[in-house]
Amino acid sequence: MATLKEDTNKDMLIQALLEGEIGELDHKDRETLARIKCDKITRPLIALSYNTASIIAGADKTYNAIRNYLEERDIDAFLKTIGSLGLTTIEPLMDVQLPGKARVTFSRVYPERVSDILDAVFNNFISEEYVLGQHPNDLHEPWESIPRIDELSFFQSQQRYILKNCGRIAPESIDEYIAHGGYRSFLMSIRNHTPEELCDLVEESRLRGRGGEGYPTGKKWKNTLNAPADKRFLICNAGESDPGAFMERMIMESDPHSLVESLGIASYAIGAQKAYIYLESEYEMASRRLQKAIDQARHYGLLGHDIFSSGFNLNIQLHQGAGAYVCGEETALIASLEGKRGMPRPKPPYPSHKGLHNNPTVVNNMETLLNVPVIVRHGPAWYKQTGTVKSSGTKVFSLSGKIERSGLVEVPMGTSLREVVYKIGGGLPDNKELKGLLIGGPAGGALTYENLDTPIDYEELKDKGCTLGSGAVVVMDEEGCILDTVKYYMHLLKKESCGKCIPCREGTRRMYEILENITQRPQEENGTFTLQRFKGVINLEKLAYVVRDTSLCGLGQRAANPILSTISAFREEYEEHIFERRCRAGVCQELSTFYIDVDKCTGCTICAQKCPTGAIVGSTKKPHFIVQERCIGCGICYESCKFGAIVRK
Amino acid sequence: MDKDKIKKILERYPFVERENLIPILQDIQYEYGYLTEEAIKEVGNYLKLPSSKIYSVATFYSKFRFRPKGRFHIRLCRGTSCQIKGAANLEKKVYKLLNIENGETTGEGMFSLELVACMGACGLGPVMAVNEEYYTEITEDRLEEIVKGYKEIEDYI
Repeated sequence: MATLKEDTNKDMLIQALLEGEIGELDHKDRETLARIKCDKITRPLIALSYNTASIIAGADKTYNAIRNYLEERDIDAFLKTIGSLGLTTIEPLMDVQLPGKARVTFSRVYPERVSDILDAVFNNFISEEYVLGQHPNDLHEPWESIPRIDELSFFQSQQRYILKNCGRIAPESIDEYIAHGGYRSFLMSIRNHTPEELCDLVEESRLRGRGGEGYPTGKKWKNTLNAPADKRFLICNAGESDPGAFMERMIMESDPHSLVESLGIASYAIGAQKAYIYLESEYEMASRRLQKAIDQARHYGLLGHDIFSSGFNLNIQLHQGAGAYVCGEETALIASLEGKRGMPRPKPPYPSHKGLHNNPTVVNNMETLLNVPVIVRHGPAWYKQTGTVKSSGTKVFSLSGKIERSGLVEVPMGTSLREVVYKIGGGLPDNKELKGLLIGGPAGGALTYENLDTPIDYEELKDKGCTLGSGAVVVMDEEGCILDTVKYYMHLLKKESCGKCIPCREGTRRMYEILENITQRPQEENGTFTLQRFKGVINLEKLAYVVRDTSLCGLGQRAANPILSTISAFREEYEEHIFERRCRAGVCQELSTFYIDVDKCTGCTICAQKCPTGAIVGSTKKPHFIVQERCIGCGICYESCKFGAIVRK
Repeated sequence: MDKDKIKKILERYPFVERENLIPILQDIQYEYGYLTEEAIKEVGNYLKLPSSKIYSVATFYSKFRFRPKGRFHIRLCRGTSCQIKGAANLEKKVYKLLNIENGETTGEGMFSLELVACMGACGLGPVMAVNEEYYTEITEDRLEEIVKGYKEIEDYI
């Protein structure tokens, strides 16, 4: 893929970095800088968003289509690839910028639309059908009657500190990152601050760990810095492991240099000379781009030995996980890095005293670290202005599920979830009603429609039985079944429980069995079976509390969360499943009853032949009937009927 | 399986440290598609670890396979968003069509199935991929069509 030629601007950019202010540069250098930032261009620029989501949507084909278009017509334009703007439903996105004009973003740019869109743009006309918006600024002449991108409802309520470069700059170019003000915080930190000062700064900013419990980051750093040792390590947990969260992957794909910079500052603050980034093995593109960013940074002297003569050394190593949800727990993560089974161990001793290879180690979530350059740049006082008193800053969410606009969202702490879902996300498709919000993945919790006004804040969410967790927000409409989702989570937790402590290993299994019993029709109606089933139902809540209170690590302690947070809020639905054996959403197929529509049935006997329990009776060419007592609700008849005569209720 | 290839992979890790175990196994899997018994033994000799230890680590993580991939490797997303949009039925459908579950390969080595935690395109779910070809907003009928299409390719070859 085309990126800017490296090296040609290296010396100038480093000088710009060291000088601190761009004002000190001479005219020629300033021109170059403007060119790198794409403020001043001499030929048209086309930037295609190229990331996992857009590739799945077909960005590869679009890229080829654009290249062919330019070649066929012999147009001298610069084609580059950028990260994700965060809007995943309308990918592939394409930006076009003509010299002197504002940049315009088009959505859903499929290969067959490329020539239409580009033909129009090169004739100074923008077809409103495909346009998303324009990025106006003082340097460029805006387009008429094209909406501003920051005024779109998706972006209007967002406050993007962490995502500010995402989808705007080329992720594989260090030049662009530096030209947009990158690595300045890192240089400021190692030249003007001592590690202690940095820890103070972060503590003062009241930054809290974005991973789950919200432990103050500054305090964690100080503990590690003050622990006596020759070696310290920093581990950045960038593996979401939660199915349904994609923000870390997106950020790494869209702006990898910001993570490298954050790691630089944090490592310096805790006195670590080696930092690890732990990410999932499926994140191929993210790890490729990160590795490239690390190599580029080393080439520019921003990593390695004696960085900018400060005496500070740093190496960053990528470590790809091999698929284990429990590795989100810090001691399990450390075990995994050491080449062992990723099982947690009891704390204390905390990793801040005995972590990787028994050395003091800080394990930080990736989003937490990304806040650090912002704090260093603008100061803690400025940072604290955003958010609530106890939870400062912003929070990034990955919004998905049954929602109009899913994607990456960054809002100040304290914003209500209603705003996130209805204003930013655009509500539910087809005006369906919202049933619940699943927050924080399998170990998170669920919120009902009534609780939508809850502000995003560690304490407020905890009161409602939820944790911020991974930052995944999945929207459910009436077509979804709460029990089915809880069962899905419990299946995942049961599978991912490492097996070290009994409450979690056995508890998750038993809870899953109970849920399975509730969502299934009884195989036989004898007394013991029914008794067992009811015993399970009665003990479900109690069991959940035991698992929560006695498990060793966060996975077990939070494994009961999906049950505990839904059993009160969606009690009615639980009861329907248990007593009436009815699933109102029709998702729990084993609970549904099947009837044969006498008018439609032709008597072809296919269903009777396929029924595993022989519950369908009738003679050839005459309507059949289902004997409800024998039916186990497998739904095979429903699927095999060619005439749509089987009705599911 | 030739030993030279494994040797070459091991040479990328000059330090005999346990820290390198998982990356080495990943490299081997990348090269061959799965972990063979010989490969595990070779790694054990190199890192001075008993094969049982290596096997215990490899089985802990869900990404390691011990059977070869099929010619058409199906990856099905089982993330929360895809689950809400009906991915559970798709898994059943694959089982019905090909009689394979997660991690299994069909008898003739044609198809294999892997359930993926999240493919990163939640807005377009349910998502699935066959080798490197992605399919979005899958329904049961479309899944059947896609699988049929690949079966025809196989017959043609």
